[in-house]
Amino acid sequence: MDQSHIRNFSIIAHIDHGKSTLADRLLEKTGALTERERTDQFLDKMDLERERGITIKAQAVRLPYRAANGENYIFNLIDTPGHVDFSYEVSRSLAACEGALLVVDASQGVEAQTLANVYLAIDQNLEVVPVLNKIDLPSADPEAVRAEIENIIGLDASEAVAASAKMGIGIGDILETVIDKIPPPAGERNAPLQALIFDSWYDPYQGVITLVRVKAGVIRKGERIRLMATGRSYEVQKLGAFAPHPLELPELAAGEVGFVIANIKVVQDAKVGDTITHDKHGAEKPLPGFQVVKPMVFSGLYPVDTGDYEDLRDAMEKLRLNDSAFSFEPENSMALGFGFRCGFLGLLHMEIIQERLEREFGVDLITTAPTVVYRVTTVKGELIEVDSANKLPDVQYIDTIREPYILASIHVPNDFVGGVLALCEEKRGVQREIKYLTANRVMVVYELPLNEIVLDFYDRLKTLSRGYASLDYEYLDYRPSQLVRLNILINGDPVDALSLIVHRDKAQYRGRELAAKMKEFIPRQQFEVAIQAAIGGKVVARETVKALRKDVTAKCYGGDITRKRKLLEKQKEGKKRMKQVGNIELPQEAFLAILKVKENK
Amino acid sequence: MDGLYIHIPFCTRKCNYCDFFSVPARSDALLAYVALLKKHLSWAVEQGWQGPVNTIYFGGGTPSLLPPQCIDTLLCAIDRQLGIVPEAEITLEANPETVTKASLCGYQKSGVNRISIGLQTLNSEQLACLGRPHTVQDGLNAVAWARRAGFSNLSVDLMFALPGQTLPALDRDLEQYLQLAPEHLSCYGLTAEVGTSLGKKVDKGQVILPSDECYAEYYMSIHDLLTAHGYQHYEIANYARKSHVCRHNMGYWQRRSYLGLGAGAHSFENRLGGCRWAVPNNLDHYRMALETGQEPAVCLESFTLREALVETIYLGLRTAEGLSDRELDMKFGTDLASAFPVAVQSLLPWLTKEGDRWYLTPRGWLLYDRLIQAFF
Repeated sequence: MDQSHIRNFSIIAHIDHGKSTLADRLLEKTGALTERERTDQFLDKMDLERERGITIKAQAVRLPYRAANGENYIFNLIDTPGHVDFSYEVSRSLAACEGALLVVDASQGVEAQTLANVYLAIDQNLEVVPVLNKIDLPSADPEAVRAEIENIIGLDASEAVAASAKMGIGIGDILETVIDKIPPPAGERNAPLQALIFDSWYDPYQGVITLVRVKAGVIRKGERIRLMATGRSYEVQKLGAFAPHPLELPELAAGEVGFVIANIKVVQDAKVGDTITHDKHGAEKPLPGFQVVKPMVFSGLYPVDTGDYEDLRDAMEKLRLNDSAFSFEPENSMALGFGFRCGFLGLLHMEIIQERLEREFGVDLITTAPTVVYRVTTVKGELIEVDSANKLPDVQYIDTIREPYILASIHVPNDFVGGVLALCEEKRGVQREIKYLTANRVMVVYELPLNEIVLDFYDRLKTLSRGYASLDYEYLDYRPSQLVRLNILINGDPVDALSLIVHRDKAQYRGRELAAKMKEFIPRQQFEVAIQAAIGGKVVARETVKALRKDVTAKCYGGDITRKRKLLEKQKEGKKRMKQVGNIELPQEAFLAILKVKENK
Repeated sequence: MDGLYIHIPFCTRKCNYCDFFSVPARSDALLAYVALLKKHLSWAVEQGWQGPVNTIYFGGGTPSLLPPQCIDTLLCAIDRQLGIVPEAEITLEANPETVTKASLCGYQKSGVNRISIGLQTLNSEQLACLGRPHTVQDGLNAVAWARRAGFSNLSVDLMFALPGQTLPALDRDLEQYLQLAPEHLSCYGLTAEVGTSLGKKVDKGQVILPSDECYAEYYMSIHDLLTAHGYQHYEIANYARKSHVCRHNMGYWQRRSYLGLGAGAHSFENRLGGCRWAVPNNLDHYRMALETGQEPAVCLESFTLREALVETIYLGLRTAEGLSDRELDMKFGTDLASAFPVAVQSLLPWLTKEGDRWYLTPRGWLLYDRLIQAFF
């Protein structure tokens, strides 16, 4: 296929603005999917993605298209995730493209996350084609949104395609616009091979599968290739494209997008961002790669049943194969036994991993409160990274503690600005900018400590703006901060898994609220349960769960013993999801009670 | 087999706290039902159930809706087909509004020697609140008539933790009960069962039941008073003067075999680990099965030896006599502490050992549903 008839593009959209539906329509319109295969949202493969309506992993689909001018084209549609936790995957996907469709909900307007991704696209010199989606909705206001795109992003939206992916309106126009507006790929066919890996995953039957964009040269089946980061060489066993089912091809040439399978055993060897070249007569220099993504949020994951430890480790290893942003290492807790300290990109990423472990691998988990990485300088001048409250040295050994800050951009309708500002102030934010994007839409920019974000910031933002606020953030720097460890004691014994690092000014309040919340979550037991919050040795709050006084139903008529006993057996089964700490049974929610603490000034 | 239970699933009307199986009583239906019971008895004998029986219990529902002749026919049939030992305990549950001087005499003559009267409370306000069809006077009459008819083994039901009940009100109730000098008392705390009319009212907040703290206080107060008056608290909810412990119910806790006749009745056969059956709660199904010569009961569960051990503990700890390590060893080749070291340890404040017997204290009984789970 000659380059002038190839178009590589992705779709940028905010969650719920209709990206997956549009992708499905494009697949349908080009005939890539048969009638039978039109399950909703074909590109969202994992069950979880479909349930939550979000795309987690990038995918690339090759669509043959006969244009209105009668010529045949190949479209490569590279899907991108829409959530802030996964923005690094967006930039990877964009590196494989020459253009992007910017899908904006004609009734909602531009959101913060969309804006961030559009800027990523513009930074990478992509041609951005605006699409106004959901124009069939009564609340759609295409002209206002068109103006918004021009004012906020600075894109010419006069030719933006009006569409409704749901109703199938404007799909043909979109395909024709892709041909007209998005440039074909460049790249010398006869140059040494340079193919950029923009995604890779482990398949139990094929080994590692890499998704590549060939930037220069040609890669063919049977050739010996070299991964430039590791220097290791492999033989190409299969290559081809997803159409959307795997389609083997004899070669992939400059400008094309497809998969390469080369007997690579572990996914870590085929690093995303690495360049594939030929083992002999290879390229001299690799393509510019991507920043290595680092986990930002850490929490402890423990099996409820200590016997599940090995199963949990196996499950995590399997997950890590396809998710290089997820990290874990063994950790030991006095209260919870053997478990793992895990690193995630953000809270959503954490929830998704946790849910997959429970659902796909059947391991019941206790998750401890999420934390960020603190940098502690000891009095001896050592620098320690602390990703768990229990690793925080005692006060007398600490010289300074620094915590990570982020730059958060929040887009919010005018009516809710007051609430957002109050929330940011409460979360120790430093205001950078407030800007009216339109008469009714405001962009609020704050510098915020990440540790405040990982607790309940996102939930509260959503609640106070009735779902209208959108958030994007980028990592900023580390700043010195007055942080202390808040310990929780149950019947006098500190429970390490419940410790938190909090700002000194908030410690007392958080301690009180946390103890009160824990009281709600801990059911009455045979014994009285005392919950205390302490900073250093000083108890700042105490709550008591009174002892259970009565739990008996005496009736037992006519020898109907089975029913009653089975009822109690079922109760006991339910309790197995609780964690025995000393002689106290703690439900899973108790360990995440901090996330439920409401803050009122 | 040791015991025989006969279920009479008829009531004049449903009490608003009750979740047991019962249907409205019509006299032709009652007679037809008695005929089915006899058929069921013959069927059971054919299947190999053997007497003689030590205890017979007419439970319900409202067994006292059956006229004495019916009880007489049934007892005759039982004696003929299974045999009844001379010193057998034969209990009939009676609701005050359904009995007369004559019917009580009739029951006595037919061979019933223990009567259990569903008084529930002698406080008229609370009686009305429970939706019972009888009055306090009905209750007092029933007891007096039963004595006059010659019943020297009389049990009464007492319900406590009633909506709005205070401790003094409960004490007054108990004083009146004691004046009746019953040989046996069953004391149940009122519970709001799901699906009952009371349960719905409690959910909606229209009726407020006493707190768990009150329940515990009332329970202990009943315990203290009745034991002071010479009653033995021999099971979670049962008190008796010496030698008047309900042998039939003890059979349940001791896992002795019993045959259940009637729709909704349960049976237990204790060979090997044991096996329990139930006849479904459906009169039509019951009739059809018996008329077409099919087994009316379905097997609920059969026990492995380990499951039998757990159930032995589960049931044994309901009683004051508790569990004997020697008996456990004979039946299961283990004792309580070696089979369940962790559970025994965690229950220590409530679980006591005297001689070779383990038992729960009355405070432990208050937490029975929770504590017993340690053995599951």
